[in-house]
Amino acid sequence: MFTTTHRTRSRATATVAAIGALALTLTACGGGSDDDASPADAQSALEEGGTLTVWAWDPTLTDVAADFEAENPGVTIELVNAGTGNDQYTALQNAIAAGSGAPDLAQVEFYALPQFSLSESLADLTPYGADELADTFTPGPWGAVAQGEGIYALPTDSGPMALFYNKRVFDEHGIEVPTTWDEYIEAGRELQEADPGAYITNDTGDAGFTTSLIWQAGGQPYQVDGTNVTIDFSDEGSQTFADTWQTMIDDELVAPVSSWSDEWYQGLSDGSIATLVIGAWMRGNLESSVPGAAGDWAVAPMPQWEEGATATAENGGSSLAIPEASENKDLAWAFLEYATVGDGVQTRIEGGAFPATTADLEGAEFRDVEFEYFGGQAVNEVLADSAANVVEGWAYLPFQVYANSIFNDTVGQAYVGGTTLTDGLQSWQDASVAYGSDQGFTVTE
Amino acid sequence: MTTLSPPVAAAHGVPDPAPHRHRRRRWIGWGFIGPFMAVFALVFLAPIAYSIYLSLFRNQIVGGNAFVGFDNYSRALSDPQFWSALSRVSLFLVVQVPIMLCLALLVALAIDSGRLHGKNFFRISIFLPYAVPAVVATLMWGFMYGTRFGLVGNINDWLGTSIPNPLSPDWVLLSIGNIVTWEFVGYNMLIFYSALRTIPTSLYEAAEIDGAGQLRIVRAIKLPAIRGALVIATIFSIIGSFQLFNEPSILQSLAPNAISTYFTPNLYAYSLSFSGQQYNYSATVAIIMGLITMVIAYVVQLRGMRKES
Repeated sequence: MFTTTHRTRSRATATVAAIGALALTLTACGGGSDDDASPADAQSALEEGGTLTVWAWDPTLTDVAADFEAENPGVTIELVNAGTGNDQYTALQNAIAAGSGAPDLAQVEFYALPQFSLSESLADLTPYGADELADTFTPGPWGAVAQGEGIYALPTDSGPMALFYNKRVFDEHGIEVPTTWDEYIEAGRELQEADPGAYITNDTGDAGFTTSLIWQAGGQPYQVDGTNVTIDFSDEGSQTFADTWQTMIDDELVAPVSSWSDEWYQGLSDGSIATLVIGAWMRGNLESSVPGAAGDWAVAPMPQWEEGATATAENGGSSLAIPEASENKDLAWAFLEYATVGDGVQTRIEGGAFPATTADLEGAEFRDVEFEYFGGQAVNEVLADSAANVVEGWAYLPFQVYANSIFNDTVGQAYVGGTTLTDGLQSWQDASVAYGSDQGFTVTE
Repeated sequence: MTTLSPPVAAAHGVPDPAPHRHRRRRWIGWGFIGPFMAVFALVFLAPIAYSIYLSLFRNQIVGGNAFVGFDNYSRALSDPQFWSALSRVSLFLVVQVPIMLCLALLVALAIDSGRLHGKNFFRISIFLPYAVPAVVATLMWGFMYGTRFGLVGNINDWLGTSIPNPLSPDWVLLSIGNIVTWEFVGYNMLIFYSALRTIPTSLYEAAEIDGAGQLRIVRAIKLPAIRGALVIATIFSIIGSFQLFNEPSILQSLAPNAISTYFTPNLYAYSLSFSGQQYNYSATVAIIMGLITMVIAYVVQLRGMRKES
């Protein structure tokens, strides 16, 4: 279900959503932030009632909206699915540029947040006391919504990474579950020896996956300070990733199957794709989309770059933000708070969401749930631990959607023998730098 | 009523004394074509004018909108990605279009020859792929091209062959050509077939009396008679090749590394505009492609028609 946060990521071709309008919004919103907003305003807005338009594709919000309406008789929530991921961003950016029709709340994935917040299209939530919520959320999601001095959204779900593996296949061939990336390569070789048709994982070049692994390895290829951007894939973390993954490609240990394709689901179902290192939202997706493999899969901590380490990264994840153009920000905040830190969180967990709130992730009620699909394993325990160990300091580009869209033109060529990962990352860097400079950013390499 | 008089007046050789009548007549004419002109201007001229307008500006994320004259055009003309896209569709055009048109012609001649059993069945089944939406057709072929679970994979398993991956960078253009040929042979066949049906049977009878064989009839009667249809089909195919978009765009999710964001000029314009927010540059690429297509289609038409006369 939550894969929706991720489904379009590799097909990010479809939009950086009219950032073109940015200049417009910059002028339009220059003096418009509600400095006098406060939690008290939200309370009185609640009593006053009104209608909120929410653009989101997260299905668990339906129940949250219904509960919120029941608790606050004067409030009506209109939940609109304006498209998933990029389609929605296009619509949102267009509405913001047009100056009318923007929603009061919008779902925005973490990687796309910078391009909205940079344009000041989103309301800073600090006046409502959002800055006090730093410890409420796990570090990964919080790092994504808190940018510079402001807080531009609150996390709804997160994607701390873990190793999803097909336990049946591993047991059948007597392969041990890898704890480091070196062991992972080794396990891939053993698997292929035991069954030439099986692969340890699939990969045809995925920007989200690559950046997440570099993130875990401690790389910080992107540094963003307003419109000053640094892009440098020659740092140690990036190189660690490139070296290891190059071996995976050279030894043909990765299945040449694109994620979310029909072949992918078949491979996950019949065991020929034996593991996925992916965001926690995959739990729900396996349950709903790969029913044939029920009982086969299990979850282990993410393989490490250094033995004994516990570093992880985020992969996907969404937030809810209040566009600056909203005319009912006080009420929007009331709902936002309810949905992300209030009673709404529990409703969404019951609906299958993987939360970003520390209290829930640490609570026994959440951690001890045994999943039948995963052979009775308390999967959330592994996933929640991952959430607590996300490496800090990562940043996405303010034009990440575009950068991701050209990933396969550059780095992807390494997967079809045209180049190496290191060279591919270099050309990705060059292309991103060219685009950034062209768009008026001050880019250094 | 006055408007009815001019022919009469002219017949009498009387010069029109009232210039204002001319004016009125002209306005009445406009009244008739007005509704058409309004719609024409709105749906045909306005978008083109707007694209040209867009192509003269540059809108940056940081820095805003600025008039840049023909900068976008000079950038496009020296853009290796644009040229690689254009040369790719040109190669496609040179190889795929002749193959497709030859196949279509062959089928049309076969069906027209009257020597085929189940003529209607063949006609409809060859035309059928054209009725399948391009998106569905591409998805279908995408599944078949799969080397693991698709048809290609199955053939490799059963026969022990090793057909190369149709979606690898070296083969993907050919695979797309195959899909497009499958889709459009029937359409072109129908154009040729209907042209063949208009040839008067008396010509065939005369040829037979003169002792002409079937091949001779095809060369001397049928082909010259449908030259117009051949030219039209060629022009449509040229435009279609330059506008190649659906097939690569859909296959991209299956073969992201083989089909770049600048695989065809249309795909490039699309990526520029929807993932890059470079509306201005995207409009420029679109206009240049439109001009190139027009020029080539016009040259083909001139050549085709000259031969005819």
